[in-house]
Amino acid sequence: MATEILMPALSPTMEEGTLAKWLVKEGDKVSSGDIMCEIETDKATMEFEAVDEGVIGKILIQEGTEGVKVNTAIAVLLEEGEDASAADSVSSDAPAAAPAPQAAAQSKPAEAKAPAAPKTDTTPDWPEGTKLKQQTVREALRDAMAEEMRRDENVFLMGEEVAEYQGAYKISQGLLDEFGAKRVIDTPITEHGFAGIGVGAAFGGLRPIVEFMTWNFAMQAIDHILNSAAKTLYMSGGQMGAPMVFRGPNGAAARVGAQHSQDYAAWYMQIPGLKVAMPYSASDAKGLMKSAIRDPNPVVFLENEIMYGKSFDVPDVEDYTVPFGKARIWREGSDVTIVSFGIGMTYALEAAEKLAAEGIDAEVIDLRTLRPMDTASTIKSVMKTNRCVTVEEG
Amino acid sequence: MAAKKPTKKTNASAEELQAYYKDMLLIRRFEEKAGQLYGMGLIGGFCHLYIGQEAVVVGLEATTKEGDSRITTYRDHGHMLACGMNPDGVMAELTGREGGYSRGKGGSMHMFSKEKKFYGGHGIVGANVPLGAGVAFADKYKGNDNVTFTYFGDGAANQGQVYETFNMAALWKLPMIFVIENNQYAMGTSQQRSTSSAEIWERGKAFGIPGEAVDGMDVLAVKDAGERAVKHARSGDGPYILEIKTYRYRGHSMSDPAKYRTREEVQKMRDERDPIEQVRNILLENKYATEDDLKAIDKEIKKIVNDSAEFAKISPEPAPEELWTDIYATEVPQEA
Repeated sequence: MATEILMPALSPTMEEGTLAKWLVKEGDKVSSGDIMCEIETDKATMEFEAVDEGVIGKILIQEGTEGVKVNTAIAVLLEEGEDASAADSVSSDAPAAAPAPQAAAQSKPAEAKAPAAPKTDTTPDWPEGTKLKQQTVREALRDAMAEEMRRDENVFLMGEEVAEYQGAYKISQGLLDEFGAKRVIDTPITEHGFAGIGVGAAFGGLRPIVEFMTWNFAMQAIDHILNSAAKTLYMSGGQMGAPMVFRGPNGAAARVGAQHSQDYAAWYMQIPGLKVAMPYSASDAKGLMKSAIRDPNPVVFLENEIMYGKSFDVPDVEDYTVPFGKARIWREGSDVTIVSFGIGMTYALEAAEKLAAEGIDAEVIDLRTLRPMDTASTIKSVMKTNRCVTVEEG
Repeated sequence: MAAKKPTKKTNASAEELQAYYKDMLLIRRFEEKAGQLYGMGLIGGFCHLYIGQEAVVVGLEATTKEGDSRITTYRDHGHMLACGMNPDGVMAELTGREGGYSRGKGGSMHMFSKEKKFYGGHGIVGANVPLGAGVAFADKYKGNDNVTFTYFGDGAANQGQVYETFNMAALWKLPMIFVIENNQYAMGTSQQRSTSSAEIWERGKAFGIPGEAVDGMDVLAVKDAGERAVKHARSGDGPYILEIKTYRYRGHSMSDPAKYRTREEVQKMRDERDPIEQVRNILLENKYATEDDLKAIDKEIKKIVNDSAEFAKISPEPAPEELWTDIYATEVPQEA
């Protein structure tokens, strides 16, 4: 059966082109891979190869013709033994239009109403009467990792100086002794490489915790955090992803230069596929870290060197977790809402104290996670105070 | 277009040779069809064809066992077909349809199969190398004897993260095979113009990783080398490098006119070194198959490919709402 040879699209944007030159003539035999003609696009001259075997029955578009639209028949290919007259009755291999997805049922836009106050989860992080202990953020992070490593043997920690040195900032103190070198792994100084290996290990079914000595150094690894970890679930249609935690100190520390001081909160919170946590208190550091390790998505966990040594109340319970996407109201007030997260909370709470001395009643909200972000708590607060101040370093 | 090179003696059985012929032909015909669908506007974006390189992946897949993993770059259609993924699902992903392996969200460069342990399909040159090492790391951690084939090109071999990975893979004795598919051109830049060493595999020596160069147009040579590599990696001796010298007949992508090499260079390779013709000649000369047997295989392959194209045309496009799904998982998307 004779078939039409169609003008090909030779780039993602090509709509038409020039049929520059025929390299075959009517009556020539062609087989797949033979170059039939040259086609000029706006970018280049391309060779167009035959896909099927046959004989050129008729050339429909002469060489030198400009503006030939994609999918126009340019020649007719006959099957071997077929008469040239068959060229007049061809079957078109023109593409069938893709079946359009069902249009979503049109729904009338809802009547505009005054917005109701959003619903928020205001349950306290721990019930009244819970036994508390004082702990530093450093100890809380270590305990969270240790508890999760006891709970799931697929959880492991890798990074520079995390094992024998006990952590550059001593966050992993004692973990090597308890879990051994198989699960607490010192890496060479090679952020790009070990971040990639961590993502691959997550693809392979493990639950890695990848420590960066600071998030500034993770700039060498940002390709794997975004392109490999955050995007794979989508690109695989939900088949596989990277359930893992990238963690380390973020933002300005004391008396260090620009290459050790950047706050990446605003960067990572823009990335679909990532979750981002930036705790302030030790109880949140612990509860959010445990949630991060269990989360089926890649989590960017932004700590702060200055906060590592600060002490807070931490519930002395067996399995304390804090959910992502739930802000904490540290102080209720009616005059102004101050929203912050991470070390910014230090300034927010200090400011609220000073304002109180001046008779101004500030409400202070700690977002705790930036992606997902609990915007409802802020909106609800601002509906009460009508004023909002945000505090962040990045 | 008969291969002029005299065929050599082989210990391979008729069944084995027929299987290689069939697997390579499936890739060749599938890719030609993909090129055709691209020309018809049915495949959008970029599309990188594997034509000419078929012996690499077919030879290596012949050395794998159940449980082994593979990961590659964006020139990935051949790898998926060779590891047994369904041609319908691959072609439908090329056309961006619901029936595709990534349900239309990955396209030519990004397909995955949990079932076949095919970890993609990656568009960032070099990035799949540490990812492959991570998959191998997971196998070692779990204590099984699986190995991971990590494929990348001569172009990717100049990325720094490849050498970061060589270092850690050697240090931690990861059970993996680095497969450098050297098709001589990193897009339009020849190896000579981009790479300081003539033998890329020798760079492994600096890390204590053994390796070898392999004739990538000869499926039997690829399989032999693959067996040495797999034996090394599976026995716990760490990684192995195979630099497989191959050639792509088509441009880097569909929109590459390939002006950086002569038409004669390509034609000479096709005429004298074609991997499929080589096996075809061995089959005929040894009377392992008749012309009619091979015609029957051709016909069977043609039907598989045409059916996949048909499926890829009729499978519906994903609904617009799908843009918002699979961004976050609610449960762990793979067995832990």
